Amino acid sequence: MESTTTDHAADIDRHVRVYITVFASLMVLTLVTVGISRFHFPVPIAVTVALLVATIKGSLVACYFMHLISEKRLIVAILALTVFFFIALIALPVLTVHDGFWMRG
Amino acid sequence: MEIPYTVEVRRDTGLINGKIGIWLFLASEVMLFGALFASYILIRTGSPSWPRGDTMLDVRLATFNTLVLISSSVTMVMAWASLMRHRFETFRMYMGATILLGLVFLIVKYFEYSAHIHEGAIPSTNNFLAIYYTLTGLHMLHVAGGMAVNAYFWGPGAKLWKTNPEWFTNRVEHSGLFWHFVDLVWIFLFPTLYLL
Repeated sequence: MESTTTDHAADIDRHVRVYITVFASLMVLTLVTVGISRFHFPVPIAVTVALLVATIKGSLVACYFMHLISEKRLIVAILALTVFFFIALIALPVLTVHDGFWMRG
Repeated sequence: MEIPYTVEVRRDTGLINGKIGIWLFLASEVMLFGALFASYILIRTGSPSWPRGDTMLDVRLATFNTLVLISSSVTMVMAWASLMRHRFETFRMYMGATILLGLVFLIVKYFEYSAHIHEGAIPSTNNFLAIYYTLTGLHMLHVAGGMAVNAYFWGPGAKLWKTNPEWFTNRVEHSGLFWHFVDLVWIFLFPTLYLL
């Protein structure tokens, strides 16, 4: 019993070390985002880079702070469905660019 | 009647009910913010000109607020980890820090809003400000809601720790999931509105 408690405590300690590492990474990536924006790249490049860094940061939060990396398959399935509809939602206005060229078929 | 599956997992899902409930709620939240992000893209791509966020907004304050919200996410997860280690007083310290950091975020946002309104930059001024106020306003409501729930678990709701510590730990985990989601939304709002 004592061994199980010790294992559990060690497990939580390991988690805490991961949280601190993720925290430091998020801080650095935030400063990177701001630093990159000062270069005033053309809009398509600026959008791609900013959203790429934001996606990395978001993934760190979701995977480690929200424990998605070790979550049950049902939760992952719910989120996969959500991501599918989210992408469809974001794609709608993107497809209307160029006066609805992609929508006309 | 006792609420079922607050601590023991359901055999069919392998999860406690609260966990599924909060993730389904967060899925609906993704679609809510997704609709607003889609509106932002539609308005921006349909506009002949669009101002860079940093020409109208204060990037230094927003960067500070981003660091504050990320810090609050780590204190939130540390609060949960403290409960997992049965350290209630440490939990209280971290949860208190999370609430205070949320308050700092709102105060900074208040000063940002005040400065804009003082300059006459209100939602009806242009499309950029309309979508800025809508997105950040909705996000602020979420911060305030998360703070209210966290304050409940820091204060009166903490009584549950004495009678059912496992259930209390699960509830804190669920409120933490919401708080991290609020942080996650800001991670995308910050570059979208302030830097691009």
